[in-house]
Amino acid sequence: MRRQLNTLYVTTDGAWLRKDGENIVMDVEGETRARLPMHMLQGLVCYGRVMASPALLGHCAEHGITVSFLTPNGRFLARMEGPVSGNVLLRRQQYRCTDDPVQCAAVVQHLLAGKFFNQRAVIGRALRDHSEKLAPEDDAALTHAYQRLSRIGDKVLGELSLDVLRGLEGEAAQAYFGVFDHLIRVDNPVLRFKGRSRRPPLDAVNALLSFLYTLVTHDCRSALETAGLDPAVGFLHRDRPGRPSLALDLLEEFRPLMADRLALSLINRRQLSERDFKVMDSGAVLLKEDSRKNVLVAYQERKREELRHAFIEEKVEIGLIPFIQAQLLARHLRGDLDAYPPFLWK
Amino acid sequence: MDDDDFVPISALQHYLYCPRQCALIHVEQVWAESVHTAQGRVLHERADRPRSAKRRGVRTVTAMPLAHAELRIRGIADVVEFHATAQGERAVPVEYKRGRPKTHRADEVQLCAQALCLEAMLGHTIPLGDLFYGETHRRVEVAFDDELRQLTYGTVTAVREMIAARLTPKAVYQARKCDACSLIDLCQPRVVGRHRCVSTWLAQQLHEA
Repeated sequence: MRRQLNTLYVTTDGAWLRKDGENIVMDVEGETRARLPMHMLQGLVCYGRVMASPALLGHCAEHGITVSFLTPNGRFLARMEGPVSGNVLLRRQQYRCTDDPVQCAAVVQHLLAGKFFNQRAVIGRALRDHSEKLAPEDDAALTHAYQRLSRIGDKVLGELSLDVLRGLEGEAAQAYFGVFDHLIRVDNPVLRFKGRSRRPPLDAVNALLSFLYTLVTHDCRSALETAGLDPAVGFLHRDRPGRPSLALDLLEEFRPLMADRLALSLINRRQLSERDFKVMDSGAVLLKEDSRKNVLVAYQERKREELRHAFIEEKVEIGLIPFIQAQLLARHLRGDLDAYPPFLWK
Repeated sequence: MDDDDFVPISALQHYLYCPRQCALIHVEQVWAESVHTAQGRVLHERADRPRSAKRRGVRTVTAMPLAHAELRIRGIADVVEFHATAQGERAVPVEYKRGRPKTHRADEVQLCAQALCLEAMLGHTIPLGDLFYGETHRRVEVAFDDELRQLTYGTVTAVREMIAARLTPKAVYQARKCDACSLIDLCQPRVVGRHRCVSTWLAQQLHEA
């Protein structure tokens, strides 16, 4: 497995990144603010007004460090990558498989089975760890959602129609997000979850979730490109220009662990408070710039944690799991595995 | 003439070590990157080192491009030494290996393929070459006899057919080879072999919980 290296997130407005020997140096207003050896890096993510020297970009391209440019709010703009990926045979197989309704449904079944399993696991953890502190009606609601997700999970494996599969996904989302607020254990009305909203997020929890989803999507995209897959052509998400559909497919399995669970711990451990969010006149809620840094640090730390991967039966860092899954998908498409084994959080 | 169906000489060595490794690198290509860059870097470090072009009647050329138009193979020789003799210069290919001499003949075939290219390019027979092993710091002389030449021809054909078919052979885990292979984490021979049926695995996992 590739070594898990760091991703450097640059959020400082007006930063100028340059190469100095084997180091990356960040200058702000002519003053050197940071210096980091580049062999530690696998990705460089620039938020907002951040510039990079041609020498630095060239070095990154040569050493497989992908460079991404995002808006200050984390919306993806562009990405630069060296000549690494691009296995045309694998990509053709991917296109054939996504075009074939039966093969496509088989992959979607497993993707969703993984997603529902992991959603259920988030609820299961809360029930196990905090059952005594929960109000009886909350406990009952969570238990009910848990069982509903189990039932939907059972249904998904036999289902071959893509439309029905997407319907089941909607049902699962209802069951899961319907009780998501019960998982928040701080008593602040600003930090309550009021149903999933995005573009724009209408409460703090949604703002945090959206931000984390962008981060995980970004990692999924890198993982797919590393495995030689085309991130734009998906199984569950259909092609739409500019949309990384396959990255969004892969994201589904990781949302519960890498984003939802992390959002919950940041809020429940009071690492974020209402002061970290700003409410716009439109009702849109955004994560403040400084607070984004805390979330990025927490995300990077979470990726360093290890867990046992149920399929490959090895201990792996969480940050590597998207790469493992992308590889397993490639191995399935190339015929080494008879189906796609989803990531299950146990 | 299509230039693309030349078989890289390095592929012969990969194939003899493990046909799947060869396919991962030369058919699927997406993972050749790490191997190639690593190899290239090592090669460059050596080629960049200043060395006298000629001493005691031996002219040394590093990183020499080679090709054989009929066999349709090509590659780059680490080092080719030209020894001065009464009949003129005689070429001796020398290949540098990090490890130690092996039980399989992959290194010899790679060297032999280089010799075949040199013969075609220079027009004289090359009876001998050298493998230099970093771990033992010894040179091992390799004689390009009929048996080795036949093995090399056969390997070229096998690799060409595998690349043309664009199929990657299934993984078979062999501890001795796999544990030493730099592609083990991408090939996943143990994982792929362990789970014959992914759906059964998944159904079990879902119901265990």
